[in-house]
Amino acid sequence: MAEATPALEIRDLHKRYGDLEVLKGISLTARDGDVISILGSSGSGKSTFLRCINLLENPHKGQIILAGEELKLKAAKNGELVAADSRQINRLRSEIGFVFQNFNLWPHMSVLDNIIEAPRRVLGQSKAEAIEVAEALLAKVGIADKRHVYPNQLSGGQQQRAAIARTLAMQPKVILFDEPTSALDPEMVQEVLNVIRALAEEGRTMLLVTHEMGFARQVSSEVVFLHQGLVEEQGTPEQVFDNPNSARCKQFMSSNH
Amino acid sequence: MRKGAEIAAWLLALALIAYGLWGGLAALNWDVIIKWLPRLTKGAVLTLELVGIAVVAGLILAIPMGIARSSRHWYVRAMPYSYIFFFRGTPLLVQLFLVYYGLAQFDAVRNGPLWQYLRDPYWCAILTMTLHTAAYIAEILRGAIQAVPPGEVEAARALGMSRAKTMFYIVLPRAARIGLPAYSNEVILMLKASALASTVTLLELTGMARTIIARTYLPVEIFFAAGMFYLLIAFILVRGFKLLERWLRVDACQGR
Repeated sequence: MAEATPALEIRDLHKRYGDLEVLKGISLTARDGDVISILGSSGSGKSTFLRCINLLENPHKGQIILAGEELKLKAAKNGELVAADSRQINRLRSEIGFVFQNFNLWPHMSVLDNIIEAPRRVLGQSKAEAIEVAEALLAKVGIADKRHVYPNQLSGGQQQRAAIARTLAMQPKVILFDEPTSALDPEMVQEVLNVIRALAEEGRTMLLVTHEMGFARQVSSEVVFLHQGLVEEQGTPEQVFDNPNSARCKQFMSSNH
Repeated sequence: MRKGAEIAAWLLALALIAYGLWGGLAALNWDVIIKWLPRLTKGAVLTLELVGIAVVAGLILAIPMGIARSSRHWYVRAMPYSYIFFFRGTPLLVQLFLVYYGLAQFDAVRNGPLWQYLRDPYWCAILTMTLHTAAYIAEILRGAIQAVPPGEVEAARALGMSRAKTMFYIVLPRAARIGLPAYSNEVILMLKASALASTVTLLELTGMARTIIARTYLPVEIFFAAGMFYLLIAFILVRGFKLLERWLRVDACQGR
């Protein structure tokens, strides 16, 4: 027996917009319980990388393997790779949680309805079952009293926590966070980070694109620094934050401390 | 505050109408209006029937067309386009004549199983109005579907919903709220367009008014009364759609 199957493995991911190459071959392996923070300046491809993992963006080359199952891809006319098997991609997406920068809650549904929608429609849970799970999750993210409220009646931090609860309701194997606190007012950042920290402590496997350096350092088991579409530096938080090998990473860290 | 201002606006409008028509109103032969009120009510009921069936059947017909029109494949978008192009590009009156007078020219139609309906002006009017309004509603729906914020669609897809489930459970309910104000507008336009049904012998509100006038020779009184009926129906529709918008939380979903 070699090592256990990684929770998520990405091999040699390439993505370009027209002639602009955003990702030039990124590989990443997340074992069970890993919390991997992805850092980098704007335009380094962090978000694009994350969005390629569940095909919200279509990469041009690469492999995506979730718990040993490779996502089947085929080339479209424009050179992008698209899902070859729509059932498979829908199933894999339901196992990969995704938390958006702008929450993307459905504004016409109450918080509770936002959370129970996908478990009911995708996992086939009964309404009662889904509500039970949803209420536990709302309590967990600290907005149990907001279940019947609509998203626009919540603060940004509460909306993001509701969005995290919506993602958790699908019992994902891996959760991807795409700058989850970047759209928030400063005083609300902490409440969302606390929820993410609690998830990390539970041993969930997570990929986190963030600009919160201090937080990344605290919660991560591994930090990846992207620069111009490539992994420039990779290692433990101590190594990447305190002893980076690359000059670019050193510069980034010193300007962000 | 807003409600007060709204009521004030309505009262002002009514007061202006009353003032403007004061001289005329006093001179109207109210006995005649009251005498023919039951007949006009009958006409109004038929008007409501025509409009009600047309806008509901039109909506049902428009949903698949609106979805097709918002497809990312050009050939799917193209399919309902010729239909929409024809029905939006020609007057309802012409369409009504084509159906009522035109179809009867064909033996196949006269001998066909649907002749018992197509010979009837009532069904001809309903058919034409439905097809006509469906074209407009389909375009309203296309715009509404395309106006659903892409992030909300991505959220559904990222949770593992298929395209069809996303469309059915997220996009359409969301688009319904975006398109509702435009749909209510279309319903009111159809209310007024339904007056054209009088040209194919139907005694809806306008047709009834014309018939009564032919007997009484009092066009001002009867058309005034018919106009009031239209105004009243429009008022009820506007209020009804407003309640529906509030119930569906249309305002709270906008501007995000």
